[in-house]
Amino acid sequence: MIKLEVIMDDNKIEFEPRIVAFVCNWCTYAGADLTGTSRLKYASNVKIVRFPCTGRIDFMLILKAFANGADGIIVSGCHPNDCHYTSGNFHARRRWIVFRNLLNFLGIDIARIRYSWVSAAEGAKWADLVNNTVADIRELGPYTEYQKVANYMEEHHD
Amino acid sequence: MTKLVEKAASLLREGAVIKVIGYEEGSNKTRPFFCEKAEDVERLIYNGRCTNNLAVYLTKPELLGSGKVAVVATVPTMRSIAQLVKENQLKEEKFLLLTVTKEDEVVEFSGFKEMNDYLADIQLVIDTKEQELINKLDGMNREQRWAFWQQELSSCFKCYACRAACPLCYCSRCVVEVNAPQWIEPWASPLGNMEWHINRAMHLAGRCTGCGACSDACPLGIPIHLLTHKMMEDIDRDFGATFNNSGNVLSTYKVEDKEDFIR
Repeated sequence: MIKLEVIMDDNKIEFEPRIVAFVCNWCTYAGADLTGTSRLKYASNVKIVRFPCTGRIDFMLILKAFANGADGIIVSGCHPNDCHYTSGNFHARRRWIVFRNLLNFLGIDIARIRYSWVSAAEGAKWADLVNNTVADIRELGPYTEYQKVANYMEEHHD
Repeated sequence: MTKLVEKAASLLREGAVIKVIGYEEGSNKTRPFFCEKAEDVERLIYNGRCTNNLAVYLTKPELLGSGKVAVVATVPTMRSIAQLVKENQLKEEKFLLLTVTKEDEVVEFSGFKEMNDYLADIQLVIDTKEQELINKLDGMNREQRWAFWQQELSSCFKCYACRAACPLCYCSRCVVEVNAPQWIEPWASPLGNMEWHINRAMHLAGRCTGCGACSDACPLGIPIHLLTHKMMEDIDRDFGATFNNSGNVLSTYKVEDKEDFIR
C-alpha cells in the first residue's frame, strides 16, 4: 500500500485530515460520481477506494488505512435492501457492529471511522458526508496514537 | 480403579475404539493423554484440574488415525465440539464422546445430539475475576484502554500458542502466514501484535465458546481471552444470539440489525 502523503499548504502549517473512503461500486461510488457531475464542491482530503460491494471491505483494510497514515475513514455503500448482490451490505453491517465493539474495547478511536449509506442518487449526501467527516477529524486532530504504533521504528520527539 | 479407567479398558479391549484421548498426571499439572493400549488405561485421570481443551485434537486427522476415537470431554471441550459440529468439521461416526459427572459416573453419548442436550442444561458462567477485569476495562476511558492493551500486547512475541490451543482455529492456512499480500507483519512489533490479536478475535467472532484455552496457553499470561469473551457478550447483546442457539453470527444477518452508528 502506498503511504499517503501529508497534504500541507506551503504557507500555513495547518492540519489537513487524511481520509480514506471505502465505497461500493454500485451506490456510493456512483453517488460520488454524481457529486462531481453535479459540480458540487467538497473537501479534497478524501481518497476513494472502490470495491465491488461493502461486503468485500475486509476489516483489515480499515486497520491498514490507519497504519498507513489515515486520520479518518469513511465506509459507505448501498442502503439496506438496495445491495446489488442482495445482502452484501447486511453482512457488512453485522461485521461493522462486531468490529466497532472490538476496536472500542481495544481503545482504538472508533469516532474516526464514519459509516454511511449513500445511494447513486445522493450526490449531495456524499458531499456532506465528506465535509462533515473532514470537519470532525480536523477537530480530533491527527491520529498520532495509532501512527506511533505503526511507525514504531521511527523516533518520536514529543 | 475408577469408572473411567474401567470404561476405557473395555472400549480398547473390545476394539470399539483405537484410542482414548483423555488426561494423565503431568509434572506439575495434568496433561492430555492419548491412550492406545489397554494396559495404559490406569494412567487416565479425570478431575477439576483437567483443563486442557481436548477438542483441539479432533480436527487433526494425523493425530486420530483411521479408527474410532473416544474423547473424555470436559464441559468446555464439549462446547467446542458442539461448535465444530455446527461448522461441519467433525464426522459423527468417528468419535465416541465420554464425560465424567461430579459423582464420577461416566456418561457415554450416543451422538452429538445427545451431547448437545446434555450441554443445554449447563449454564455458561463467566469467571468472576474475568468479569471484573472486563468491567474494569469497560469503566476506563478510551485512552486508558488503549494504554492497557498496548502494554499487555507489547510482550507478545507471536509464538501463536493461542492459535494452537484454540479448537476453533483450525484453518490449514492462517491469515498470518499469507504473504502475498502480507496482511500482518510476521515479526513481533507493536503494530503486528495488535493486528494479529484483532484478526484472531474477529475470526472467532460468534464462534468462541469461552473456554479460555488461548490465555492458558499464552506463555506471557496476556489476557487475550478477554477480547473474544467481551465479543461474546457484545454479540449476545446486539444479536440476541446465545451460545446454544446462534448460527454463525457473521455469516447470517437480520434486516433489523441495529444501525444507529450508520449516518
